[in-house]
Amino acid sequence: MKLKTLALAASATLMAAGPAFAAGHAIKVGMITTLSGSAAGLGAEIRDGFQLALDQAGSDAIELIVKDDARKPDVAVSVADEMIQSDKVDIMTGIIWSNLLLAVAPNAVRQGTFYLSPNAGPSALAGKGCHENYFNVSWQNDMLPEASGEYANTAGYKNVFLMAPNYPAGKDMVAGFQRTFKGESAAVVFTKLGQKDYAAEIAQIRASGADAVYYFLPGGMGIAFGKQFAQSGVDTPRFGPVFSFDQTILPAVGDSAIGIHNTTQWSNGLNNAANKKFVEGYQAAYGRLPSFYASQAYDTANLILGALKTAKPADKDAFREALRAANFDSVRGDFSFGNNHHPIHDIYVQKVVKRDDGTLTNEVVAKVVDDMVDSHAANCKM
Amino acid sequence: MSTVLILEQALNGLQFGVMLFMMSAGLTLVFGVMGLINLAHGSLYMIGAFAAAVVATWTGSFMLGLIASLAAAAAMGALIELVVIRRLYDRDHLDQVLATFALILILSEGTRYTFGSLPLYLNTPGWLSGVFDFGGGLVYPKYRLAIIFVGLIIAAGLFLLIAKTRLGIRIRAGESDREMIAALGVDISKLYTIIFALGASLAGLAGAMVGVLESVEVGMGEPVLILAFVVIVIGGIGSIKGALIGSLLVGMTDTMGRVLLPPLFSQFMPPVDAVPVASALASMSIYILMAIVLIVRPAGLFGGAK
Amino acid sequence: MSRETLINIALAAILLAVPIWAHFADEPFIITLSTKVAILALAGVGLNLALGLGGLVSFGHAAYFGIGGYAMGILASHAQDYTPFMEWPFVIEGTNQMPIIWLVAVVMSGLAALAIGALSLRTSGIFFIMITLAFGQMFYYFAISWTAYGGEDGVSIYVRNEFPGLNTLDAIQFFALAFTALMLALIFSSRIAKSRFGLALTAARQAEQRVETVGIKPFQLRLTVFVISGMITGLAGALMADLNRFVSPVMLSWQTSGEIMIFVILGGVARLFGPVAGAAMFILMEHILGGFSEFWHGWLGLVLLLIVLFARGGLIGVLAGKEKADG
Repeated sequence: MKLKTLALAASATLMAAGPAFAAGHAIKVGMITTLSGSAAGLGAEIRDGFQLALDQAGSDAIELIVKDDARKPDVAVSVADEMIQSDKVDIMTGIIWSNLLLAVAPNAVRQGTFYLSPNAGPSALAGKGCHENYFNVSWQNDMLPEASGEYANTAGYKNVFLMAPNYPAGKDMVAGFQRTFKGESAAVVFTKLGQKDYAAEIAQIRASGADAVYYFLPGGMGIAFGKQFAQSGVDTPRFGPVFSFDQTILPAVGDSAIGIHNTTQWSNGLNNAANKKFVEGYQAAYGRLPSFYASQAYDTANLILGALKTAKPADKDAFREALRAANFDSVRGDFSFGNNHHPIHDIYVQKVVKRDDGTLTNEVVAKVVDDMVDSHAANCKM
Repeated sequence: MSTVLILEQALNGLQFGVMLFMMSAGLTLVFGVMGLINLAHGSLYMIGAFAAAVVATWTGSFMLGLIASLAAAAAMGALIELVVIRRLYDRDHLDQVLATFALILILSEGTRYTFGSLPLYLNTPGWLSGVFDFGGGLVYPKYRLAIIFVGLIIAAGLFLLIAKTRLGIRIRAGESDREMIAALGVDISKLYTIIFALGASLAGLAGAMVGVLESVEVGMGEPVLILAFVVIVIGGIGSIKGALIGSLLVGMTDTMGRVLLPPLFSQFMPPVDAVPVASALASMSIYILMAIVLIVRPAGLFGGAK
Repeated sequence: MSRETLINIALAAILLAVPIWAHFADEPFIITLSTKVAILALAGVGLNLALGLGGLVSFGHAAYFGIGGYAMGILASHAQDYTPFMEWPFVIEGTNQMPIIWLVAVVMSGLAALAIGALSLRTSGIFFIMITLAFGQMFYYFAISWTAYGGEDGVSIYVRNEFPGLNTLDAIQFFALAFTALMLALIFSSRIAKSRFGLALTAARQAEQRVETVGIKPFQLRLTVFVISGMITGLAGALMADLNRFVSPVMLSWQTSGEIMIFVILGGVARLFGPVAGAAMFILMEHILGGFSEFWHGWLGLVLLLIVLFARGGLIGVLAGKEKADG
């Protein structure tokens, strides 16, 4: 009897493991990301972070197809159609921008493809519009600005100047901050999306007499503002979510950024084994420090690799369960999915420092929120 | 709103306007003299910026970078004039639009092939870093003052060139009667190449100076190109004076719209609604200005009866 | 039958045959591409009426394309959420029925074209090009800041809208709809060109003063053709939004205006099938060149440049020679 059980168990294990080794063809992952235009650097971070995880695992279980969206929603839609209909991918990932994600993900997941977001978490997909095949591996958009509001309270700011681009993610970043911040808003300024010259806004900051400036200006916008602010002679302290102060921005804005506090779910100095392996591996492979974009893409790839150990995308229900279990070592430490398939994780405040070798980077100062759950999860019926 | 803030914003509007003028001057000359719509003017702006970035990084000298931007844009301008543009003078506007659009694609992708997709960043030279103190609380970045200064010198230079020199006389003659100046024995194709290269070099210089403030990247010229078209249409095509007035008008309208509209709307709307609405209206403001000008004066402010 | 007519028939036959083949060969993406060609060609047919027949170089047709798109996005999103579009003074519900959406798209883009045309037609030449651009940009920035419908994010629809008696989710059936719309628009536009109205327009384009002396007002003729042109492009916008199940301000941007114009010029201005040839060539090049070079836009530019410089009259002009089917 005992022997028989053992034999059964062994054959069950073999059968379970069988497809993973026997079936020769890898699963296909389609990555749509921004590889041209002013934000090309962000797409490179996503691509490289994902690739690093595959290389480190040394596994050929995943065939990665990378395409550029040029940051245009219509291009993203067209590329997504091609990936789903022509390449017949099992999983899609890679999009950086909320508006592109909203154009692609709702349709993709309803055609039975899994979508794993390595960046961008619009509220539309976290609450009422959540979907069983959509997983967010980064953050819900409101999380980091809400944490920034908490930080501003502890920093003792009473009167803050708020600035973000005039588009939905920008408005979320302002609203999220105001939800938790207890002080006054000296002014709220919405700039043109993609704006490169901030002279008028800097003059307003100079005249406002605010304690501090909170801003959300990702990519090239953040660099342009940072450089011009440094030249303006205004010395109001700046802070905000990591997007305006990350590793893709710091080298270009230079020393003027030193000391800026910002909120994040990951930092390259976080002390855990997975993160050490990631940061060291990334520097060795690409010769630069990783940004949070790369960390999220790395987590996404490891999430997929972890899930593939127990299920295949062909069996959608089993694979979905395997993803939901989040069976991987996240570089941000604790990581689990909430009911709406968005992360529950810790949020930190970090500050910009200059290392002895002259590189500018962020260093963790303190944890602001423990096991943060996003504020839209309750609206998701899943 | 304090006087100091309004003065600083006026300087911002002036700086933006002056930059637009450097971009529009060539565009309006090329249209006025040769009758050509050149969409590729924005690519020359980009080429100037890249040339400055490369040379300034390589030599460490900002001034050499600026000179390189003038030279590179003029050379590229002369090259595309000789190879492509001169075949388009007697074509209709549609062919010109399509051909110069094709040039944008070729020049942008060529630049991306050469320099990669990542934006380049330049630092302000040490002697132009920091702010200039006017006293009375008004401070202003030195670098932006330098742009205003350079732009105004170029404007004055262009007026002198057109009013006083032999080249200027030929340009004016070319604007009023193209056949006539050919009949007078002027080498018209050489004149066209010179005008085109001159306009290109100014666009290149504008690109280089703005590249230091913002970033140097593929596609940086197209948004500015659209604004430059707005400027020359408001000012009246072919008129340098119109381009100058149009540039300042557009620069001021855009800057002041962004600054003044939100507080204005907050007077009679709750701020939550007022700010986004006013921001949207501010980004539409120059197009509204242009539509109004054209409805009232269908050939622009200084447009001749052509 | 003239050579151009033969070419036109061949083009229509190819555009029909390719997706049918793809349907049986199980290549859904090729059907999607063919549908895109048909819809973009339809937008071009609209512009070609203003550009070719009316001589009106509009650099703002993205406005009508986008209005058509937003008509679909707004109505369908309300139907999706079961919320009414407006409740006061009377209730208007959203809808997911294509015929109603198309009607709204055509009417709204027609009204916009009427207002823009009435103001813009006071100018001519480059000033007309630029004022239409200005109006297009106004719509673009308005859409970006209109947060009720997503602003910059746009509006995403989860399921394609319905057409009575058809399964629009089936790629080939949706293609059939787009193809039919394109053919009807082509027939309509060839009728217009041959009608008295079309002849008067041609005359007004070639010799404005002579037309005025016989008592025809060119302004009214031009405004009429401009409105019809906007309506057809608006219909194309609604179809495009349904193909992508998504609409965003990009549809309203000046680059979109430029692209529609390129289809027309590439194929041949004032040629009936010019936009069809142009759109097909554009999509074909995008996928062939895009396959072997990351820098395919540059090669596209080179091809475009060679066509303008050495192949006057566009593709149809090269294939069919100088005579025009409608002349």
